[in-house]
Amino acid sequence: MFYQRWFKQRWILVVIGLAIADTLLSIWIGQQSYRWLPPQASAESMLVDDLFCLMTTIGSLIFFGVVGTLIYSMIFQRAPKYDTSDGPPIEGNLKLEVIWTVVPSIVIVGVAFASYQTYDGMKILGDIGPKALGMATANAAPMTTEVVKTDPIEVRARQWAWEFYYPEQAVSSTELHLPVNQRANLKLSSEDVLHGFFVPAFRIKQDIIPGREIDFEFTPIREGRYRLRDSDYSGTYFAANQSVVVVESEADYQDWLAIAAAQSPTPAQNRAYREYQRSRQNPNGGGWATVEPAAPPVVNYASSDEESYE
Amino acid sequence: MSNASMEALQPSLQPQPGAPDNWKRFFTFSTDHKVIGIQYIVTAFVFFLFAGLLAMVMRGELLTPEADLVDRTVYNGLFTMHGTLMLFMWTFPMLNGLANYLVPLMIGARDMAFPRLNAAAFWLVPVFGVILTASFFVPGGPSQSGWWAYPPVSLQNPTGNLINGQSLWILAVALSGISSIMGAVNIVTTIFRMRAPGMGWFKMPVFCWTVLAAQLIQLFGLPALTAGAVMLLFDLTVGTSFFNPELGGDPVLYQHFFWFYSHPAVYVIILPIFGVFSEIFPVYARKPLFGYPVVAVSSLVITGLSGIVWVHHMFASGTPGWMRMLFMFTTMTISIPTGIKVFAWVATVWGGKIRLNTPMLFALGGLIMWVFAGITGIMLASAPFDIHVNNTYFVVGHFHYVIYGAVVMGFYAAIYHWFPKMTGRMYYEGLGKLHFVLTFIGANLNFFPMHPAGLMGMPRRVASYDPEFAFWNVLASLGGFLLGVSTIPFLLNMLSSWARGPEAGDNPWRAIGLEWLVSSPPPHENFDEIPVVVSRPYGYGSDEPLIANASEKE
Repeated sequence: MFYQRWFKQRWILVVIGLAIADTLLSIWIGQQSYRWLPPQASAESMLVDDLFCLMTTIGSLIFFGVVGTLIYSMIFQRAPKYDTSDGPPIEGNLKLEVIWTVVPSIVIVGVAFASYQTYDGMKILGDIGPKALGMATANAAPMTTEVVKTDPIEVRARQWAWEFYYPEQAVSSTELHLPVNQRANLKLSSEDVLHGFFVPAFRIKQDIIPGREIDFEFTPIREGRYRLRDSDYSGTYFAANQSVVVVESEADYQDWLAIAAAQSPTPAQNRAYREYQRSRQNPNGGGWATVEPAAPPVVNYASSDEESYE
Repeated sequence: MSNASMEALQPSLQPQPGAPDNWKRFFTFSTDHKVIGIQYIVTAFVFFLFAGLLAMVMRGELLTPEADLVDRTVYNGLFTMHGTLMLFMWTFPMLNGLANYLVPLMIGARDMAFPRLNAAAFWLVPVFGVILTASFFVPGGPSQSGWWAYPPVSLQNPTGNLINGQSLWILAVALSGISSIMGAVNIVTTIFRMRAPGMGWFKMPVFCWTVLAAQLIQLFGLPALTAGAVMLLFDLTVGTSFFNPELGGDPVLYQHFFWFYSHPAVYVIILPIFGVFSEIFPVYARKPLFGYPVVAVSSLVITGLSGIVWVHHMFASGTPGWMRMLFMFTTMTISIPTGIKVFAWVATVWGGKIRLNTPMLFALGGLIMWVFAGITGIMLASAPFDIHVNNTYFVVGHFHYVIYGAVVMGFYAAIYHWFPKMTGRMYYEGLGKLHFVLTFIGANLNFFPMHPAGLMGMPRRVASYDPEFAFWNVLASLGGFLLGVSTIPFLLNMLSSWARGPEAGDNPWRAIGLEWLVSSPPPHENFDEIPVVVSRPYGYGSDEPLIANASEKE
């Protein structure tokens, strides 16, 4: 009797110990999760990374709990070689089944709520309220914006080039310059097919829909050069359709605008166009017919080192 | 068709190895559900190998950051055809094959409800398989718009020809849809109308529940996809403007049509594999399926929820914030019935008398990879996080953990488990275990590195990439080649065992189920006398008989 109770208590202690170990391991993995992501270069990235850390922690807890249990069974609950008997005919356990329905439901509601909070904090498309995307609407300035709102920078995507147009200065560029710590307002449009505006260091992305203009906003918080990628498959030279976002101080940003405005428009380098011309000179390259790339954009400021970024 | 003369000559119409003439039955318009089942599975596996080869060329290209092994157009054709073939020529036909073979046997029926419709549905599969394969040889090559075929890219037709890769692709997908609807009508009718006496809903094996749940999705979802495909075909060939923005169409509308079916389609694929897990764990743990009624019903809950989650594929698309939030909540709820199943399987295995035969190893490996896929799935359901990883390799990794980790592993588990029933022969355990080890290592090596690459920001569908992603891509490529190698012991095992493996007997696993009461391979029309079911399935550890007329069985 005493031994039985002692055994039962020991079993409970072992389970509690394992649960604590699982929790500690999961918290540690959750903390590691920040290192799997690009630098945090926007206000949005901090919100998203905290959410990812939370989900990684909870996910690790579940994964190691379930898989640990399975592996324990696989190692210690094997049938002896000549044992053909069956295991205990347990068909279910109402209490257990209620627990593993209710507890995950609560966790899921929690994760959904945290996600809602995160998305609400990002406001990349403005407020969440029901309004048709891309239609002309009065855009309420988000609370975080303290400066006077300027006309949005126009982001023009095409097969396969990025062009950024600053309407107030009438400056066009193949790289996107933004002042640090200010809300960036972009107007995304596409001249042909779907493209995706994706800056991994900002944790933001928006498909660009031909026939619509999409108002998109975020706040860069760290100076540097960051990769901008086309994220929605756009045809032959999709992978080559990349550019750079330069986040700089307000003074540098104004200097850059002034320098760019003073330059007369010239055709920029364009990888898709270059590759296409090369493949036409060498028709035995083994490719199939492709949509012809648009001519390189003619811009005031052509990025000189597209490949340098963090 | 007339089988009378053949019946007179042969006692069993199930093809037997060593009797060369009756191999021909696999190449004929047979109406026997067992022959059709094997026809489906073998045809699908051939295309699995082909589409896998395409993937290995892609992994070869991705060994280095530059686009150097194949031209960009070729790479784009490769990933489009890899995805299309794997879904429409491998997973759907393979699962239809399993359902065809197993459902009538499991519910005590002599055949499917509509045997000729069944054969017709199967014979469409090689037809659209040939159309898809032939699209490699038309001018301009196969479709290069990805397996989603999103317009306007899918409407751009650089060759100017009416017959091009994209139009053939749409034709094949439409035919696939017709075949799937024919199959779904047949399977749903069979399960509703042809269960043996005594087999109430809660005496039906979970595999049949999951097949029913999956095929109901085909019935409500496929019309939307087919409508979208027809409109896309009209836009492409006769210049309508449903989706063409230049003429006032809306490309996002296509995305709704596409995902309204194609997200539930993932459940069409995974649900029968849940069924396979539910059948296999009790046999090799020697315990009843834990919480059987809940596991059974949760399949139908998943069916219902799968119809209201599709916008989570469009969190970064032209969708307003409220829609993203709404579908985020619905998507997360689907993890609850799925979680219930996972916990039930763990509880089934727990405390059992476990035998790690090849089917059990594949089922456990599949379950572990499924748990991982489920967790990344909940992450993807979270709209703000999804916005970062949407259209990156994180999604590709998640999807392949589902489709290779759970579905292909589950398929292998099913094949090893029912191989003795299908052929009357036993496979070689050593080769099976070797196959498992190679597959499990290969799948994780191939698909795990996709997650960090995606988190770092590597978009999917790229032929070239920035050098910072090279490390993870080299690992993934090595895993991909290992997966290619892993099919060799499987093929060797299946072919040699079927030809000259040891006799398996009717029930080598001492499994409980109607299919194990008939001979291996089962006779034509399965049951001399339709059994009367008196117990729940999975009566391991209790002595109650499964059927009333057990004494009369041979």
